[in-house]
Amino acid sequence: MAENVTGAESLVRSLEHADVDVVFGIPGGAILPAYDPLMDSKSVRHILVRHEQGAGHAAEGYASATGRVGVCMATSGPGATNLVTPIADAHMDSVPLVAITGQVSGPFIGTDAFQEADIRGITMPITKHNYLVTNADDIPRAIKEAFHLASSGRPGPVLVDITKDALQANTTFDWPAFIDMPGYKPTTKPHGRQIKEAARMIVEAKRPVLYVGGGVIRAGAAKELRALADLTGIPVVTTLMARGAFPDSHPQHMGMPGMHGSVGAVGALQKSDLLITLGARFDDRVTGKLSSFATKAKVIHIDIDPAEIGKNRQVDIPIVADVREALMQLVPAVTDEFDNNNRTDLTAWWQILNGWRDTYPLGYDVPRDGSLSPQLVIQRLGQIVGPDAIYTSGVGQHQMWAAQFIGYENPNTWLNSGGLGTMGYSVPAAMGAKVGCPDKTVWAIDGDGCFQMTNQELATCRINDIPIKVALINNSSLGMVRQWQTLFYNERYSNTDLHSHSFPDFVKLADAYGCLGIRCDRPEDVDKTIEKAMETNDVPVVVDFQVNRDAMVWPMVAAGMGNDDIKHARDLAPKWEREEA
Amino acid sequence: MARHTLSVLVQDQPGVLARIAALFSRRGYNIESLAVGPTETPEISRMTIVVDVDEHSLEQITKQLNKLINVLKIVELNDDTAVARELMLIKLRADEGTRASVLQLVELFRAKVVDVSTDAITIEATGSRDKLDALLEVLAPHGVKEIVQSGVVALARGSRSIADRALRGGDR
Repeated sequence: MAENVTGAESLVRSLEHADVDVVFGIPGGAILPAYDPLMDSKSVRHILVRHEQGAGHAAEGYASATGRVGVCMATSGPGATNLVTPIADAHMDSVPLVAITGQVSGPFIGTDAFQEADIRGITMPITKHNYLVTNADDIPRAIKEAFHLASSGRPGPVLVDITKDALQANTTFDWPAFIDMPGYKPTTKPHGRQIKEAARMIVEAKRPVLYVGGGVIRAGAAKELRALADLTGIPVVTTLMARGAFPDSHPQHMGMPGMHGSVGAVGALQKSDLLITLGARFDDRVTGKLSSFATKAKVIHIDIDPAEIGKNRQVDIPIVADVREALMQLVPAVTDEFDNNNRTDLTAWWQILNGWRDTYPLGYDVPRDGSLSPQLVIQRLGQIVGPDAIYTSGVGQHQMWAAQFIGYENPNTWLNSGGLGTMGYSVPAAMGAKVGCPDKTVWAIDGDGCFQMTNQELATCRINDIPIKVALINNSSLGMVRQWQTLFYNERYSNTDLHSHSFPDFVKLADAYGCLGIRCDRPEDVDKTIEKAMETNDVPVVVDFQVNRDAMVWPMVAAGMGNDDIKHARDLAPKWEREEA
Repeated sequence: MARHTLSVLVQDQPGVLARIAALFSRRGYNIESLAVGPTETPEISRMTIVVDVDEHSLEQITKQLNKLINVLKIVELNDDTAVARELMLIKLRADEGTRASVLQLVELFRAKVVDVSTDAITIEATGSRDKLDALLEVLAPHGVKEIVQSGVVALARGSRSIADRALRGGDR
């Protein structure tokens, strides 16, 4: 029986039926009707953030840590436009996100009313789909469709904009039993013949590589990937978005490819004769100059999004499917080939790979002046905290070091802004992750630049009992930009000095927010500082690691260059020919 | 680069034209011609989109269009197997002295006169792009004051309808 409710009550009922347990948001005029029934909901917890961008990233962090749909809510106009960055971020990184925004009442639309913004129009290119709901009767169907769209196929953000008069109107609530979207039918089952051909290509390859992208994590396919890797003995590289999809401790793991990837991982792709591409999209940060990327490799590309296949790289065997389902069929198909004695010996390939791995291991220079090196901090953090924690990061040098120097063993434990590169992601994402996984330790590894964009959410964390920990890799500058100025702009440091070894005083800032603030600027204090942070679980912790500002991220492929031109360290290029011979 | 005509069935919902136009501009493709109208099925509109792109871009366009939730079906129509027409209205200078020769050309191109005044005449013509170009060329010496042109509309020849035909580049 349909019950008589207001549009606002219908919205809250819909969220309850969609199994939402937490919403991050801020009320305001147009969304206000929804906040009244929300106060009475038994199952939906609303967490009041300090900035809508924080709400969006928190919902992303929640989603990326749990695999469930993250939900954020804001009012019309500036509330909605403040969600644009996290929505764009979720779009680039395929994060299941539902954003609910209030809109001015129907009759006001188009009149430049107070706090009016065409958020549906604004977010069209950065959402998987979006809605403007002007009739209260349409709310349950829009919400049900939004959650289905966000979480199925290639996940992504969906925005539902609801007018204030629709929220206030009387309607009936009836959760739709099914939804009909004739224009949305994602292909999840792989084509059987393509799987067989892929299996044949895999067993015939002399230099195959499993090129693993974030899709493997979104699809929950880590176990299936492990099965294929163990079965075949093929080397694995995990992209920035896929860190944790395959254990770093596994001997077949060659590390992260790309602009700051390991020489072994970059070399494995470059010199491969077969890329087995799983939920990855040949991003420019992985391929470098496309025309010189893995020129001798054939490509098997498995992706749920048909538009990714052939977008940047010609493909030999396209497979549109859920990568987990595809791997579940690929493993027996490869086993069949092995049973028929079709197998290529990979010993020679591994000799080459191991040569690169031994010659060019990840490392860093220790500063001679006794100052703290950022890589040491991050490495020790990973070693002390361990692989069961969740790590988030901002964007820049600290992000690359966190991707390189922490050993990830499990999927959904490394959350970062890969595609959009959003500074300020780390703290709110950690907050969302901690809400989704309250029993896990959550560390935000952040830069001093990034931290100053969204650190107000420390108040949200403190008040709502969300004890995240922040490792501030404070080099007093916009480090990655500074690194580029060092390398490409004659060490002319235009506007990259943040002076954040002096201002603000991050320990005092943490204290002001009711968090534990600790400063650490000596290598010998790193371990005990981390241990102290680990012992503090009643309030959030901020550790101001004041590090050397001249540290640089290596290896590096300069923008616009081919991957063969990777530098292992400044002025040190790997010798490919020797290993090739 | 080559000219391609895509026939796109979409759900007739607010914003669907904006979604499609935005997709083209966002991905850096030009729409050469666009025509939108209702179909035999209520709630479904049909867009005829002409683009001048290479094969790789055409594949990307159809795949990206297919990702739009309101897009139901995309079919590429080829010149050989489809009928394509545009509509043009042309306002010409024509007084007593020149009207007769203009009317002769109108007759020749099977166009129609839709408005006449003492010093001007307005012609309605439909046809392929080539035919309309040819008409404009012969009318030019008379002094074209103004033209307006519709986008291309196209339909496959034969008995089958778009609903019977396979998706292009959608599923694999």
